[in-house]
Amino acid sequence: MSKPLLEVEDLWVRFPSKRRVVEAVRGISFSVGRERVGIVGESGSGKSMTGRAILRLIREPGEVEAKKIHFDGQDLQGLSEKQMRDVRGHKISLVMQDPKFSLNPVMKVGDQIAEAYRVHTNASKAEAKKRSIEMLNAVQIRNPERVYDSYPHEVSGGMGQRIMIAMMLIPEPDLLIADEPTSALDVTVQMRVLQIMDKLVKERGMGLIFISHDLNLVASFCDRVIIMYGGRIVETCRADELQNAKHPYTRGLLNALPDIHKPKDQLSVLERDPKWIEDPSVDAYS
Amino acid sequence: MSNAVDTATPKRRGFSASLLKRLKSLVTVLFSVLLTLVGLLFITFIIGRVMPIDPVLAIVGERASQEIYDAAYISLGLDKPLFVQFGLFLKQIAQGDFGISNLTARPVSEDIIRVFPATLELASLGTVFGIVFGIPMGVVAAVNEGKWQDQVVRFVGLFGYSMPIFWIGLVGLIIFYGILGWVGGPGRLDIYYEDVIPVVTGLVLIDSLIEGDIDIFWNAFSHIILPASILGYYSLAYISRMTRSFMLEQLSQEYITTARVKGLSEHTVVWRHALGNVMIPLITVIALSYANLLEGSVLTEIIFAWPGLGSYLTTALLSADMNAVIGGTVVVGMIFVGLNLLSDFLYKVVDPRAR
Amino acid sequence: MTLNSGTPALKQGLRAWLTSDAPESRFHAQMVQVYAGWQSLCANKLAFIGFMIIVALILVAIFAPLLATHDPSIQDLKATLLPPQTDGHIFGTDDSGRDIWSRVVYGSRITLFIVALVAFTAPVFGLLVGTVSGYLGGWVDTVLMRITDIFLAFPRLVLALAFVSALGAGIENAVLAISLTAWPPYARIARAETLTIRHSDYIAAIQLQGAGRIRIIVGHIWPMCMSSLIVRVTLDMAGIILTAAGLGFLGLGAQPPSPEWGAMISAGRTFIYDHWWIATMPGLAIFIVSLGFNLLGDGLRDILDPKKAES
Repeated sequence: MSKPLLEVEDLWVRFPSKRRVVEAVRGISFSVGRERVGIVGESGSGKSMTGRAILRLIREPGEVEAKKIHFDGQDLQGLSEKQMRDVRGHKISLVMQDPKFSLNPVMKVGDQIAEAYRVHTNASKAEAKKRSIEMLNAVQIRNPERVYDSYPHEVSGGMGQRIMIAMMLIPEPDLLIADEPTSALDVTVQMRVLQIMDKLVKERGMGLIFISHDLNLVASFCDRVIIMYGGRIVETCRADELQNAKHPYTRGLLNALPDIHKPKDQLSVLERDPKWIEDPSVDAYS
Repeated sequence: MSNAVDTATPKRRGFSASLLKRLKSLVTVLFSVLLTLVGLLFITFIIGRVMPIDPVLAIVGERASQEIYDAAYISLGLDKPLFVQFGLFLKQIAQGDFGISNLTARPVSEDIIRVFPATLELASLGTVFGIVFGIPMGVVAAVNEGKWQDQVVRFVGLFGYSMPIFWIGLVGLIIFYGILGWVGGPGRLDIYYEDVIPVVTGLVLIDSLIEGDIDIFWNAFSHIILPASILGYYSLAYISRMTRSFMLEQLSQEYITTARVKGLSEHTVVWRHALGNVMIPLITVIALSYANLLEGSVLTEIIFAWPGLGSYLTTALLSADMNAVIGGTVVVGMIFVGLNLLSDFLYKVVDPRAR
Repeated sequence: MTLNSGTPALKQGLRAWLTSDAPESRFHAQMVQVYAGWQSLCANKLAFIGFMIIVALILVAIFAPLLATHDPSIQDLKATLLPPQTDGHIFGTDDSGRDIWSRVVYGSRITLFIVALVAFTAPVFGLLVGTVSGYLGGWVDTVLMRITDIFLAFPRLVLALAFVSALGAGIENAVLAISLTAWPPYARIARAETLTIRHSDYIAAIQLQGAGRIRIIVGHIWPMCMSSLIVRVTLDMAGIILTAAGLGFLGLGAQPPSPEWGAMISAGRTFIYDHWWIATMPGLAIFIVSLGFNLLGDGLRDILDPKKAES
């Protein structure tokens, strides 16, 4: 693969509080090209913080430290806040978990999408509206003109998440970070939303970081998988080689999953080894 | 049969059901407002009855004979049971009749209509002051939570809560009128400007502009600026504190992160996205603060010799002018209820989720 | 009591006792909590300043005869309208030659009296109405809350003014009028608290033990409402002081020659442009005391608000 889009080396995210420092991410290194990379881990494993740290969205008192966060050869840590705004949305975007909370409740859906477009282009209002409606079409929303004028509480969860995807893809970023994009949705619409997202990402030749707790889902959608535990990367492999994973945590996760082809009488319960926390992080370069 | 109708026109049924629901909620609101108003009138009525003033004597005078006194006693309905009297009282008020003021010898309702614009002008300008400065201060405090800006805003607010309004008015008069001479003194206008322009709205600032008399406008402005700023300071203290806490709540929401992810400037994130959501609960706060200013102006009006409802009410109180006291209290109470209703209504208009 | 003034070792023991993780009795647990609250109060500078102001107010009120340099009500027509710092009059004298400092000092007693009386009547009444309304529910709740709403719909000062004018001017009536207008918010708060705990398991457990309604309300619901009521009362104190002073200023509260601060401002108003100190000094006193209550209340809210306590 050619030069990767995103290179992260020795990333730390810390939250100091009065009594102690919580280390959410502890020195991880990885890179992402124009491919689909899944980051899997349980809650508290630092997977979401990794996504937000790349976009420099960790708020005070949280601290981010890394030897290197490069995007497309550009050093993100060295950018001013103003330059960083040009990266957000325009180069790297982020789809969050629950559209109920991630859409502004008092702004029309269409205005929120158009705003994302206009902030990175000098488009007129009319042009932005036209593009937004095209984008709503692209995420397979029927009757996009009507949806354009509706408010977030008037749309369903699945539609809300498609609106979110439209909003995040309209400035045509090179990399999309999807942070549990379907966890808050009904099971019935999860697949559809994922397929729409996948199709758009492929068409545009973008990179995708898919953050999830669902190992199966990630394995079926991604080219490569990164497994995180306790703020570190414990294992990384190609998605189709996941069955050969060696780390006991990954093995444990795999064994805890039911398999329709190989039914088991009893699913094993994941046993954790405190040693995993201390093990060094595995580099996950492409 | 009803089944057939149900399945055939589900949409229309939904529509009429929602209409019915709305009508029902409207009736509930109206009923509760009516109940509050009646309760309000009842309390005022009781206050009027326990006042240590004989309403008959007030009419017939000290030296009237027993026969005249008794005739007046009966004509006032004072021989009837209390609840009948209350009914009569309600009927009178429903007709807008608050009786005659002993002090001005004119109908109380006329008096109130005459003095109210002065209070309205003062409280409105004060509220504008409170909104214009209070909201930005609250926003800045929330954005810089825990930093010096936050502390300054908190302190300015606590100062405002702690100052006796009549005292700060006096101190303001000493400094800005007595020593510096920057503002006009007590009253709405200098004495030689009074009664010069015709009364259209009763608001001097607006009447002078209608008349095109810029001198009078500036004179009125120099008189109102000090009391309005003092009232505005109170409103500011309240509005800035509430804005801050609403803002803190909104800034921790996920949609704020979304706005940042889009690449919007922090300015847009705070002032468009967060404040847009904060404005909805703020409507109630502003209405409440406006109502409080209409009331708080009682003391301010006395200090600044402002001929408004507050002055009227206190003068009436001190000279035991019962009809005027009851009339004034009822009107102020009604304004309170009315503003509450208005803020509920605005809330529904502004919040897309409540429509 | 010997614990407080003991040797260092005993002091250490006391500290350990106060910070114990495993309290041995109900009293012990309460003391541990009070101590923790006290420590966070000391950590909050502004709240601590507020606390000190109120302590100072209480001390001044107690030791007024010692602090006053003159008799607060004795007139001296040869020494009227003296500016501050003349002839041993720290704050100067008023138009009847009375020493303003001494009057301000004695005025603290009146302020404290008003504050204490209102603080012990309005919240208690509100607590009673709110908990009964919340616990019993049904039509009792509807009626009581409707009445509360009616009182809330009234502007406070105007209602207090109307009450005082009906009852007659005077400090007791002023206190009564303020209490009558101050209780509705407490009733609301107490009701809200009651509703959240009414269906909790421990209340059910007490009911199963056969406790009556009164015992449940007084013994188990009232204590749970305390912390939010205390915060609210502290924050309201400043407003109560200001309302009382306002009534005094209008001549409806404490009557002359009583050295009530509001009435003193009213009396000094006539001389405001030439003899500024007469109205300014009592005004400053009102301001400082209400600031003290506001600072303390603000700090208490931070301490007792669990949402903020985390960070």
